[in-house]
Amino acid sequence: MTFELFLFYLFGAILLGAALAMISVRNPVHAALFLVVCFVSAAALWLMAEAEFLGLVLVLVYVGAVMVLFLFVVMMLDINIARLREGFSEYLPVGLVVAAAMATVLVLVITRYITMDAPERAGPEYANTEALGAVLYTEYVYPFEIAAVILLVAIIAAISLTMRRRPDNKRIDPARQIEVSREGRVRMVSMKSEDKARRARGAERDDDPNQE
Amino acid sequence: MITLEHYLVLAALLFSISVAGIFLNRKNVIVLLMCIELMLLAVNINFIAFSFFLQDLAGQVFVFFILTVAAAEAAIGLAILVLLFRNRGTINVQDLDEMKG
Repeated sequence: MTFELFLFYLFGAILLGAALAMISVRNPVHAALFLVVCFVSAAALWLMAEAEFLGLVLVLVYVGAVMVLFLFVVMMLDINIARLREGFSEYLPVGLVVAAAMATVLVLVITRYITMDAPERAGPEYANTEALGAVLYTEYVYPFEIAAVILLVAIIAAISLTMRRRPDNKRIDPARQIEVSREGRVRMVSMKSEDKARRARGAERDDDPNQE
Repeated sequence: MITLEHYLVLAALLFSISVAGIFLNRKNVIVLLMCIELMLLAVNINFIAFSFFLQDLAGQVFVFFILTVAAAEAAIGLAILVLLFRNRGTINVQDLDEMKG
Protein backbone atom coordinates (compact mmCIF):
# COMPACT_ATOMS: atom_id res chain seq x y z
CA MET A 1 0.00 0.00 0.00
CA THR A 2 1.54 3.26 -1.08
CA PHE A 3 1.41 6.36 1.04
CA GLU A 4 -0.98 7.92 -1.46
CA LEU A 5 -3.44 5.08 -1.07
CA PHE A 6 -3.10 5.29 2.69
CA LEU A 7 -4.01 8.99 2.55
CA PHE A 8 -6.97 8.20 0.32
CA TYR A 9 -8.30 5.61 2.75
CA LEU A 10 -7.68 7.90 5.71
CA PHE A 11 -9.60 10.85 4.28
CA GLY A 12 -12.24 8.57 2.81
CA ALA A 13 -12.82 6.99 6.21
CA ILE A 14 -13.06 10.41 7.85
CA LEU A 15 -15.49 11.52 5.14
CA LEU A 16 -17.80 8.54 5.49
CA GLY A 17 -17.59 8.52 9.29
CA ALA A 18 -18.45 12.21 9.50
CA ALA A 19 -21.31 11.70 7.03
CA LEU A 20 -22.73 8.86 9.15
CA ALA A 21 -22.38 10.96 12.28
CA MET A 22 -24.05 13.90 10.54
CA ILE A 23 -27.22 12.00 9.68
CA SER A 24 -27.52 10.41 13.11
CA VAL A 25 -26.69 13.06 15.71
CA ARG A 26 -29.50 14.67 17.68
CA ASN A 27 -28.40 18.26 17.62
CA PRO A 28 -28.51 20.17 14.30
CA VAL A 29 -25.49 22.24 15.41
CA HIS A 30 -23.43 19.07 15.72
CA ALA A 31 -24.76 17.93 12.34
CA ALA A 32 -23.51 21.16 10.78
CA LEU A 33 -20.09 20.73 12.38
CA PHE A 34 -19.84 17.15 11.09
CA LEU A 35 -20.73 18.44 7.64
CA VAL A 36 -17.77 20.81 7.95
CA VAL A 37 -15.53 17.79 8.64
CA CYS A 38 -17.00 16.13 5.54
CA PHE A 39 -16.18 19.13 3.38
CA VAL A 40 -12.63 19.45 4.67
CA SER A 41 -11.79 15.79 4.07
CA ALA A 42 -13.43 15.94 0.63
CA ALA A 43 -11.25 18.96 -0.12
CA ALA A 44 -8.20 16.87 0.80
CA LEU A 45 -9.34 14.17 -1.63
CA TRP A 46 -9.81 16.77 -4.35
CA LEU A 47 -6.27 18.02 -3.75
CA MET A 48 -5.04 14.46 -4.30
CA ALA A 49 -6.93 14.38 -7.61
CA GLU A 50 -5.08 17.47 -8.82
CA ALA A 51 -8.07 19.78 -8.41
CA GLU A 52 -6.22 22.18 -6.17
CA PHE A 53 -8.26 25.26 -6.99
CA LEU A 54 -11.60 23.58 -6.36
CA GLY A 55 -10.31 21.95 -3.19
CA LEU A 56 -9.39 25.33 -1.79
CA VAL A 57 -12.65 26.87 -3.03
CA LEU A 58 -14.53 24.11 -1.24
CA VAL A 59 -12.84 25.01 2.02
CA LEU A 60 -13.12 28.77 1.57
CA VAL A 61 -16.64 29.00 0.13
CA TYR A 62 -18.31 26.00 1.69
CA VAL A 63 -16.71 25.79 5.10
CA GLY A 64 -16.14 29.53 5.30
CA ALA A 65 -19.45 30.84 4.02
CA VAL A 66 -22.18 28.29 3.46
CA MET A 67 -21.64 26.27 6.61
CA VAL A 68 -21.32 29.41 8.71
CA LEU A 69 -24.66 30.47 7.27
CA PHE A 70 -26.10 27.09 8.22
CA LEU A 71 -24.74 27.37 11.76
CA PHE A 72 -26.05 30.91 12.00
CA VAL A 73 -29.56 29.84 11.03
CA VAL A 74 -29.51 26.74 13.24
CA MET A 75 -28.48 28.80 16.25
CA MET A 76 -30.87 31.64 15.46
CA LEU A 77 -33.95 29.46 15.25
CA ASP A 78 -35.30 28.28 18.55
CA ILE A 79 -36.23 24.76 17.54
CA ASN A 80 -37.60 21.92 19.55
CA ILE A 81 -35.15 19.10 18.86
CA ALA A 82 -37.20 16.43 20.60
CA ARG A 83 -40.17 16.95 18.32
CA LEU A 84 -37.98 16.91 15.23
CA ARG A 85 -36.53 13.56 16.28
CA GLU A 86 -39.93 11.88 16.40
CA GLY A 87 -40.08 8.92 14.04
CA PHE A 88 -36.32 8.57 13.76
CA SER A 89 -36.36 4.89 14.74
CA GLU A 90 -39.58 4.42 12.78
CA TYR A 91 -37.92 5.40 9.51
CA LEU A 92 -34.58 3.79 10.37
CA PRO A 93 -35.25 0.34 8.77
CA VAL A 94 -36.65 1.64 5.50
CA GLY A 95 -33.90 4.25 5.24
CA LEU A 96 -31.18 1.67 5.83
CA VAL A 97 -32.73 -0.76 3.34
CA VAL A 98 -33.00 1.86 0.61
CA ALA A 99 -29.47 3.14 1.25
CA ALA A 100 -27.98 -0.36 1.38
CA ALA A 101 -29.73 -1.39 -1.83
CA MET A 102 -28.58 1.76 -3.57
CA ALA A 103 -24.99 1.39 -2.35
CA THR A 104 -24.89 -2.29 -3.35
CA VAL A 105 -26.11 -1.64 -6.88
CA LEU A 106 -23.80 1.33 -7.39
CA VAL A 107 -20.73 -0.45 -6.01
CA LEU A 108 -21.43 -3.60 -8.04
CA VAL A 109 -21.77 -1.63 -11.26
CA ILE A 110 -18.69 0.47 -10.56
CA THR A 111 -16.39 -2.40 -9.58
CA ARG A 112 -17.62 -4.62 -12.41
CA TYR A 113 -17.55 -2.31 -15.39
CA ILE A 114 -15.23 0.57 -14.68
CA THR A 115 -11.50 0.19 -14.52
CA MET A 116 -9.14 3.01 -15.14
CA ASP A 117 -5.68 3.53 -13.77
CA ALA A 118 -4.38 6.86 -12.66
CA PRO A 119 -2.71 8.96 -15.31
CA GLU A 120 0.75 10.39 -14.93
CA ARG A 121 1.03 12.97 -12.22
CA ALA A 122 1.47 16.47 -13.57
CA GLY A 123 4.81 18.05 -12.81
CA PRO A 124 5.38 21.00 -10.49
CA GLU A 125 5.16 23.44 -13.41
CA TYR A 126 1.49 22.59 -13.98
CA ALA A 127 -0.87 25.20 -12.48
CA ASN A 128 -4.40 23.95 -12.01
CA THR A 129 -5.81 27.41 -11.33
CA GLU A 130 -4.25 28.79 -14.49
CA ALA A 131 -5.53 25.92 -16.63
CA LEU A 132 -9.02 26.20 -15.16
CA GLY A 133 -9.06 29.96 -15.68
CA ALA A 134 -7.95 29.53 -19.28
CA VAL A 135 -10.96 27.39 -20.17
CA LEU A 136 -13.39 29.18 -17.85
CA TYR A 137 -12.91 32.59 -19.44
CA THR A 138 -12.81 31.40 -23.04
CA GLU A 139 -14.82 28.27 -23.71
CA TYR A 140 -17.19 28.60 -20.76
CA VAL A 141 -17.53 32.35 -20.59
CA TYR A 142 -21.31 32.43 -21.12
CA PRO A 143 -22.02 29.81 -18.44
CA PHE A 144 -19.69 31.80 -16.20
CA GLU A 145 -21.77 34.94 -16.70
CA ILE A 146 -24.97 33.00 -16.12
CA ALA A 147 -23.47 31.77 -12.86
CA ALA A 148 -22.85 35.39 -11.89
CA VAL A 149 -26.49 36.22 -12.62
CA ILE A 150 -27.63 33.22 -10.57
CA LEU A 151 -25.63 34.52 -7.62
CA LEU A 152 -27.15 37.98 -8.06
CA VAL A 153 -30.64 36.47 -8.13
CA ALA A 154 -29.82 34.53 -4.98
CA ILE A 155 -28.65 37.71 -3.22
CA ILE A 156 -31.79 39.62 -4.18
CA ALA A 157 -34.06 36.71 -3.32
CA ALA A 158 -32.49 36.13 0.10
CA ILE A 159 -32.66 39.83 1.00
CA SER A 160 -36.20 40.37 -0.23
CA LEU A 161 -37.43 37.22 1.49
CA THR A 162 -36.02 38.00 4.90
CA MET A 163 -36.57 41.76 4.96
CA ARG A 164 -39.59 42.69 7.02
CA ARG A 165 -41.53 45.74 8.13
CA ARG A 166 -41.40 45.87 11.89
CA PRO A 167 -44.66 47.18 13.35
CA ASP A 168 -42.85 48.78 16.31
CA ASN A 169 -40.49 50.71 14.10
CA LYS A 170 -40.75 54.50 14.60
CA ARG A 171 -39.22 55.36 11.25
CA ILE A 172 -41.03 58.12 9.32
CA ASP A 173 -41.47 58.00 5.58
CA PRO A 174 -40.06 61.29 4.15
CA ALA A 175 -42.53 61.24 1.26
CA ARG A 176 -45.45 61.22 3.68
CA GLN A 177 -43.84 63.99 5.70
CA ILE A 178 -43.62 66.24 2.64
CA GLU A 179 -47.19 65.47 1.63
CA VAL A 180 -48.58 66.94 4.87
CA SER A 181 -50.70 70.07 4.35
CA ARG A 182 -52.37 72.43 6.78
CA GLU A 183 -55.81 70.96 6.04
CA GLY A 184 -54.65 67.53 7.10
CA ARG A 185 -53.44 68.68 10.51
CA VAL A 186 -55.53 71.66 11.68
CA ARG A 187 -59.27 71.58 12.19
CA MET A 188 -61.19 74.79 12.94
CA VAL A 189 -63.94 74.25 15.45
CA SER A 190 -66.48 76.88 16.41
CA MET A 191 -67.45 76.54 20.06
CA LYS A 192 -69.05 78.50 22.80
CA SER A 193 -66.96 80.79 24.95
CA GLU A 194 -65.35 79.12 27.95
CA ASP A 195 -67.46 80.65 30.78
CA LYS A 196 -70.83 79.70 29.43
CA ALA A 197 -69.70 76.24 28.53
CA ARG A 198 -68.39 75.57 32.03
CA ARG A 199 -71.59 76.76 33.61
CA ALA A 200 -73.61 74.56 31.32
CA ARG A 201 -71.43 71.58 32.18
CA GLY A 202 -71.69 72.30 35.88
CA ALA A 203 -75.45 72.13 35.63
CA GLU A 204 -75.25 68.81 33.94
CA ARG A 205 -72.82 67.46 36.56
CA ASP A 206 -75.47 67.79 39.28
CA ASP A 207 -77.61 65.32 37.40
CA ASP A 208 -74.95 62.77 36.55
CA PRO A 209 -71.53 62.92 38.28
CA ASN A 210 -69.96 60.25 36.09
CA GLN A 211 -70.71 61.91 32.82
CA GLU A 212 -67.62 64.02 32.30
CA MET B 1 -2.26 3.14 -6.75
CA ILE B 2 -5.55 4.92 -6.49
CA THR B 3 -7.85 3.95 -9.32
CA LEU B 4 -11.03 5.56 -10.58
CA GLU B 5 -13.04 2.87 -8.81
CA HIS B 6 -11.80 4.08 -5.44
CA TYR B 7 -13.23 7.52 -5.98
CA LEU B 8 -16.46 6.28 -7.52
CA VAL B 9 -17.13 3.78 -4.74
CA LEU B 10 -16.44 6.44 -2.13
CA ALA B 11 -18.85 8.85 -3.84
CA ALA B 12 -21.49 6.11 -4.19
CA LEU B 13 -21.26 5.30 -0.47
CA LEU B 14 -21.46 8.99 0.42
CA PHE B 15 -24.52 9.41 -1.78
CA SER B 16 -26.20 6.39 -0.18
CA ILE B 17 -25.49 7.74 3.29
CA SER B 18 -27.09 11.06 2.41
CA VAL B 19 -30.15 9.25 0.97
CA ALA B 20 -30.44 7.42 4.29
CA GLY B 21 -30.10 10.78 6.03
CA ILE B 22 -33.05 12.15 4.08
CA PHE B 23 -35.13 9.18 5.21
CA LEU B 24 -34.07 9.43 8.85
CA ASN B 25 -34.39 13.17 9.33
CA ARG B 26 -37.55 13.76 7.37
CA LYS B 27 -38.99 16.04 10.05
CA ASN B 28 -36.12 18.49 10.21
CA VAL B 29 -35.78 20.82 7.24
CA ILE B 30 -32.30 22.03 8.23
CA VAL B 31 -30.82 18.54 8.27
CA LEU B 32 -32.62 17.79 5.01
CA LEU B 33 -30.84 20.75 3.42
CA MET B 34 -27.54 19.49 4.83
CA CYS B 35 -28.18 16.04 3.33
CA ILE B 36 -28.77 17.67 -0.05
CA GLU B 37 -25.42 19.45 0.31
CA LEU B 38 -23.81 16.08 1.06
CA MET B 39 -25.38 14.58 -2.08
CA LEU B 40 -24.00 17.44 -4.16
CA LEU B 41 -20.59 16.79 -2.61
CA ALA B 42 -20.78 13.12 -3.67
CA VAL B 43 -21.65 14.15 -7.22
CA ASN B 44 -18.79 16.65 -7.21
CA ILE B 45 -16.34 13.95 -6.12
CA ASN B 46 -17.41 11.92 -9.16
CA PHE B 47 -16.87 14.90 -11.44
CA ILE B 48 -13.42 15.60 -9.99
CA ALA B 49 -12.41 11.95 -10.25
CA PHE B 50 -13.45 11.69 -13.90
CA SER B 51 -11.78 15.01 -14.62
CA PHE B 52 -8.51 13.71 -13.21
CA PHE B 53 -8.59 10.23 -14.74
CA LEU B 54 -9.67 11.40 -18.20
CA GLN B 55 -7.36 14.45 -18.03
CA ASP B 56 -10.22 16.72 -19.04
CA LEU B 57 -10.83 20.05 -17.31
CA ALA B 58 -14.54 20.11 -18.27
CA GLY B 59 -15.34 18.12 -15.13
CA GLN B 60 -13.75 20.75 -12.92
CA VAL B 61 -15.65 23.51 -14.71
CA PHE B 62 -18.85 21.60 -13.98
CA VAL B 63 -17.93 21.35 -10.31
CA PHE B 64 -17.32 25.08 -10.29
CA PHE B 65 -20.86 25.75 -11.55
CA ILE B 66 -22.38 23.16 -9.23
CA LEU B 67 -20.70 24.90 -6.28
CA THR B 68 -22.14 28.23 -7.45
CA VAL B 69 -25.66 26.89 -7.80
CA ALA B 70 -25.42 24.99 -4.51
CA ALA B 71 -24.34 28.16 -2.68
CA ALA B 72 -27.28 30.06 -4.18
CA GLU B 73 -29.62 27.22 -3.27
CA ALA B 74 -28.38 27.13 0.32
CA ALA B 75 -28.80 30.91 0.69
CA ILE B 76 -32.36 30.93 -0.67
CA GLY B 77 -33.30 27.75 1.18
CA LEU B 78 -32.14 29.14 4.49
CA ALA B 79 -33.89 32.46 3.80
CA ILE B 80 -37.14 30.56 3.20
CA LEU B 81 -36.48 28.60 6.38
CA VAL B 82 -36.03 31.76 8.45
CA LEU B 83 -39.22 33.21 6.95
CA LEU B 84 -41.08 29.98 7.68
CA PHE B 85 -39.94 29.98 11.28
CA ARG B 86 -40.89 33.64 11.70
CA ASN B 87 -44.39 33.09 10.37
CA ARG B 88 -45.22 29.65 11.74
CA GLY B 89 -42.89 29.25 14.71
CA THR B 90 -41.85 25.78 13.61
CA ILE B 91 -39.70 24.04 11.02
CA ASN B 92 -41.23 20.62 11.50
CA VAL B 93 -42.23 19.29 8.10
CA GLN B 94 -45.42 17.81 9.54
CA ASP B 95 -46.67 21.19 10.72
CA LEU B 96 -46.39 22.65 7.23
CA ASP B 97 -49.64 21.23 5.96
CA GLU B 98 -51.57 24.34 4.96
CA MET B 99 -51.85 23.21 1.35
CA LYS B 100 -53.10 19.75 2.39
CA GLY B 101 -50.63 18.07 0.09
